[in-house]
Amino acid sequence: MTAAALEVVDLVKRYGDRTALDSLSFTAARGKVTALLGPNGAGKTTTVEIAEGFWPADAGIVRVLGLGPRDRSLRPRVGVMPQSGGGYPGLRAGELLALFASFHREPLDVPDLLERLGLTEHARTPFRRLSGGQQQRLSLAMAVVGRPELVFLDEPTAGLDPQARRATWDLIDALRRDGVSVLLTTHLMDEAEQLADAVVVIDHGRLVAAGTVAELTAGDGQIRFRGPVGLTLALEGATVSERPAGCYLVEGGSGPQLLAAVTAWCATEGVLVTDLRAGRSLEDVFLDLTGTEVRT
Amino acid sequence: MSWAAGSLAPRPAAAPVGAMLRAQTRAELTLSLRNGEQVLLTLIIPVGLLVVLTLVPFVSVVGRRVDFFVPGVLSLAIMSSAFTGQAIATGFERQYGVLKRLGATPLPRAVLLAAKTLSVLLVELLQLLLICAVGLALGWHPHGDATVVLLVVLGTFAFSGLGLLLGGTLRGLTTLAAANLVWFVLLLLGGVVFPLSEYGAFADVLRYLPTAALSDGLRQLLQHGQLIGRDLLSLAVWATGSLAVAAKVFRWE
Repeated sequence: MTAAALEVVDLVKRYGDRTALDSLSFTAARGKVTALLGPNGAGKTTTVEIAEGFWPADAGIVRVLGLGPRDRSLRPRVGVMPQSGGGYPGLRAGELLALFASFHREPLDVPDLLERLGLTEHARTPFRRLSGGQQQRLSLAMAVVGRPELVFLDEPTAGLDPQARRATWDLIDALRRDGVSVLLTTHLMDEAEQLADAVVVIDHGRLVAAGTVAELTAGDGQIRFRGPVGLTLALEGATVSERPAGCYLVEGGSGPQLLAAVTAWCATEGVLVTDLRAGRSLEDVFLDLTGTEVRT
Repeated sequence: MSWAAGSLAPRPAAAPVGAMLRAQTRAELTLSLRNGEQVLLTLIIPVGLLVVLTLVPFVSVVGRRVDFFVPGVLSLAIMSSAFTGQAIATGFERQYGVLKRLGATPLPRAVLLAAKTLSVLLVELLQLLLICAVGLALGWHPHGDATVVLLVVLGTFAFSGLGLLLGGTLRGLTTLAAANLVWFVLLLLGGVVFPLSEYGAFADVLRYLPTAALSDGLRQLLQHGQLIGRDLLSLAVWATGSLAVAAKVFRWE
């Protein structure tokens, strides 16, 4: 049996008094896209950077393709896209990608990769003059150019416009299709819903949930909708809460009956509700798990 | 534009070390020659100083002016590329996360350092050719032999060690300020512009500065055909000491 793409067991990382990772455990399967979700400061980047071999762990086990993260033989097999930076400011986009390609025996075609990520026009632009989104796409190209088995993408679509985001998603889909394992961090719920085979939610350096998007969002007996403020629904066997104002959550009974009961009540009362959803969105799950308090 | 099936299928393998060394050296060299401030520091200022100091007699020296100033300016040029240029580049590469990111590629650290050294030596070759050509045009009559190469290489190691020590520990802008300041002080106190004898009793201390050891060593060799053991030893100590400390305290990010 081949080892998992990434296996993390009881991982601990401390910075002085602060515990960044507190006995974190999860597994990312081979050939799958795994999304590491969590609020700011949850420990996503720390986890990824330990797996990339940048920092030692204080305790616990990390296995990357079955090997210790600092094993030199991993370097050609693992592509890395850091959250920001990592380019020589004075090298042009094309030169930088060609340099990274030259570290590998069978790299992807550089002009083709630039073209696909919309960077052909900027191939002669120095890295420091590229926009944030262009730097981000070039950085993604630098991570995949060596034809790795596993890529770590730390917030690959942060700050991208919708077109660039689409191009990035297409690339990640194609990587999965061709058997490349992908571990990405994000706090965009739709990105995780769209791309990820598996989702790992962490907060305060601990695992709070893991599973497929379908598993995490399964919530039989929950209906959510938006409507006028202050509705008083009286539904047998169900509890209704309104929080925040105008957002309703109806819980109880089984899904189909509950849905029928809610819509029947609306029809009787002549109330038109919007955004009606049975079950939970990934965002609901995320907020349930990690709370609504803003992180600093 | 969709990705053809299999076009991203993994084929991971590191390139041969020689290919990586070539590519990284080319990148380092491109960066040095493209950076305006670096070219000013490594080529324009040394050549300008050589011309001005030789033609305008505001510093008095013993013997022919050009014979005195060529070795000093060679020493300055080596300090500019191996120490100041390298310190500043390394400081910013760390700050911008370039070195960290290179650490996640198949490029070994040793190959990265070899590429940096090679690139410095190639820039120095360009500097030496230019300075010697200008010197000859000004009437320079060099003596000496191939031990010049030994002095140049030792000096390069000494200054590289000091440059990597600075650039490997301080932030980009701090490195920039410190490296330029040290450059200027050593320009004045290192026997480049003023003969060390101008500093009286201090000359006995100043002569152990790497710039002074290199400029004096080159001067004795190129002017009188003598190799001074003290200068050679001094450079060797600076080289081993600075490289050893740099290897200990260097931070990749």
